[in-house]
Amino acid sequence: MTAPQISILNGRLIDPATGHDGVADLHVAEGKVIAMGPPPAGFEPELTLDATDLVVCPGLVDLSVRCREPGEEQKATIASETRAAAASGVTTLCCPPDTQPVIDTPAVAQLVRQIGERHGLAHTLPIGAITQGLKGLTITEMAALKEAGCPALGQADRPIRDTQVNRRALEYAATFGLPVFLPALDPELSEGGCAHEGVISTRLGLPGIPEAAETVAVARNLALAEQTGAHIHFRGLSTARGVAMLAEARRRGVRASGDVSMHQLFFTEEDLKGFDANYHLIPPLRTQADREALRAAVAAGDLDVICSDHQPHDPDAKLAPFPETAPGISALETLLPLALRLVAEGVLDLSGVVARLTLGPARILNLDVGRLSANHPADICVFDPAAEWTLDEHSLISQGHNTPLLGSRLKGRVRWTLLGGAVVFARQ
Amino acid sequence: MIQESQESPQLDAHGNLKHFLTIEGLSRELLIEILEKAEGFVSVAQQAVKKVPLCRGKVIANLFFENSTRTRTTFELAAKRLSADVLNLNISTSATAKGETLLDTLRNLEAMHVDMFVVRHASSGTTHFMARHAHPHSSIVNAGDGGHSHPTQAMLDMFTIRRHKGDFSRLSVAIVGDIMHSRVARSQMLALKTLGVPDVRVIAPRTLLPTHVEEAFGVSAHHDLREGIRDADVVIMLRIQRERMNSALLPSEHEYFHLFGLTEKRLATAKPDVTVMHPGPINRGVEMDSQVADGERSVILEQVSNGIAVRMAVMSMCIGTQNSRAQAAGEDHV
Repeated sequence: MTAPQISILNGRLIDPATGHDGVADLHVAEGKVIAMGPPPAGFEPELTLDATDLVVCPGLVDLSVRCREPGEEQKATIASETRAAAASGVTTLCCPPDTQPVIDTPAVAQLVRQIGERHGLAHTLPIGAITQGLKGLTITEMAALKEAGCPALGQADRPIRDTQVNRRALEYAATFGLPVFLPALDPELSEGGCAHEGVISTRLGLPGIPEAAETVAVARNLALAEQTGAHIHFRGLSTARGVAMLAEARRRGVRASGDVSMHQLFFTEEDLKGFDANYHLIPPLRTQADREALRAAVAAGDLDVICSDHQPHDPDAKLAPFPETAPGISALETLLPLALRLVAEGVLDLSGVVARLTLGPARILNLDVGRLSANHPADICVFDPAAEWTLDEHSLISQGHNTPLLGSRLKGRVRWTLLGGAVVFARQ
Repeated sequence: MIQESQESPQLDAHGNLKHFLTIEGLSRELLIEILEKAEGFVSVAQQAVKKVPLCRGKVIANLFFENSTRTRTTFELAAKRLSADVLNLNISTSATAKGETLLDTLRNLEAMHVDMFVVRHASSGTTHFMARHAHPHSSIVNAGDGGHSHPTQAMLDMFTIRRHKGDFSRLSVAIVGDIMHSRVARSQMLALKTLGVPDVRVIAPRTLLPTHVEEAFGVSAHHDLREGIRDADVVIMLRIQRERMNSALLPSEHEYFHLFGLTEKRLATAKPDVTVMHPGPINRGVEMDSQVADGERSVILEQVSNGIAVRMAVMSMCIGTQNSRAQAAGEDHV
């Protein structure tokens, strides 16, 4: 697909990298942004998009999107989920390594990339495993994984039990300057749990995951990051204390970062009361106080990334008693509407929330995405912040319909998504 | 996002019991209604013909995914005394062993026109899940789901307490043992609080008390048996599973009995007319010694008999709600 010359006119342009936030035109050619404001001399767009009353921002960058391919195509495919991503304004997505087979060899990493490229709807980036089979025993060929296009490495949601292996894996990853995504979950303290250990799990008799399952893992990995100099990134923090420990270590200069899954900023343990399996998440939904602390950390920039943590499932995966169901929410399509709800609820301003969905994650990956300035790739999201719509079986594009927000009225909807200067999604 | 006015998972639009899943969300009046109804059924056991025709023509399936003798037997007797036909399904050796899902099992039995399912399962929330997916014409009765709820056991305990103590509003009740893993304790705490018992205490080492238990149930937590049962009207001992011993939860039976085992001597701090209960089966010499178990203050065997009457009450109420629904819908029912 050759990218046409496009002008996006009269939109509210938000580019967190430059701090720009105001109405302006944007011009795109040869896959790149070429100018903001007046077009360059002699520029003749083949396509003009009227963005009056719309917001124009960098395409969203999502550090955790499970496409389930290869291996679990009954749940979703790269084709189905990148289609959902394009409709949600997400132009770069990272696939955790817990596919089948695991992304622990260059072959699987290349496969994920290539399938993504073939469909051409989003940059589909594999996160390579740091241990073979994610088993936490033997480290992977990280140099080869980097070569195969992994911008980061990780352990998906399977923490390494052996502290020595954990340390060596971080050290080896640091050799190649790759960030390592780690779950903030102690394997023993979280074993068998399916709910935050607290008032609600006690009342419902659900096996709990204590706060210490997160803080112990954060403490251990911060110590190892300090020891090894590796860049670690905590994927999906869920507790006030865990976030505070990370913030304190960052102030001391430890190379550590972290993100939060969008649903952790809205739901709490209270939502488990009816045993609705759509609220079964790992890490679990925590207390109201944790939720407020996570929101405050996002506002203060201690957490500079928000993820969808998209986990589509087939219906059967959720049709069982709560503890036996597969955890996770199909979350791509609610990422932007919930982000706008954070703005409406005064957590942070529009430009701030856009930064946490674009520039923040792009910096973790150290990739040239998440910006709107001239000469950067034209991955662009144009959305209507006022459009109201209902999330239902018909409007969902993801193959996974497992979301507690099914049937909800949402505000904010993508109008156009551009990937490398080409329109990959347009809503009529 | 807390939903305030959630639809009850076990009551119909008129507030009648459709399923019996948990004590949570049930009113004091409804609990009293169950106890009153059970009183009426006690005499059935003394009749020459031990049957009433309330569930004649109904099919009740016992779906036990965990082993049980006592509970399953008393549910079966209760159903038979109500004149229902009873199916006992030993699940561990049949359907799920072949890979059938819980929902498939439910659907298949519904296709055979089973009216009520009595379910025991190792996972918390199982009967909520089944009730959500059940046909409108079938009822689910919880016979124990994971560590969550065992509401008929709690109600038979309330029935037994009421027979011995009468008024709930002046009682001190102590529950001793593995509160953490006990669905019985959770249902008892909810039932006692709903019925207006002002002083409910739980007594266990910290490893066997769930976090936030005081806040979650409005009870007080104790770690010393003698102090915990001081002036108690009722002491309920819980079963300790053998697999909890010699683990990170408890070091040995010896130390457990030494600290938390009930003996006549330790019982001296409770009220002189204290009632001692145990949901069974008892580990003699672990939770209590034989002198207490077989002593005059123990009502353990009475609990078993009362279980039948209480289960008859709950089952007939659920079937009655179904009949009213069918009548309102103009359906035929026998």
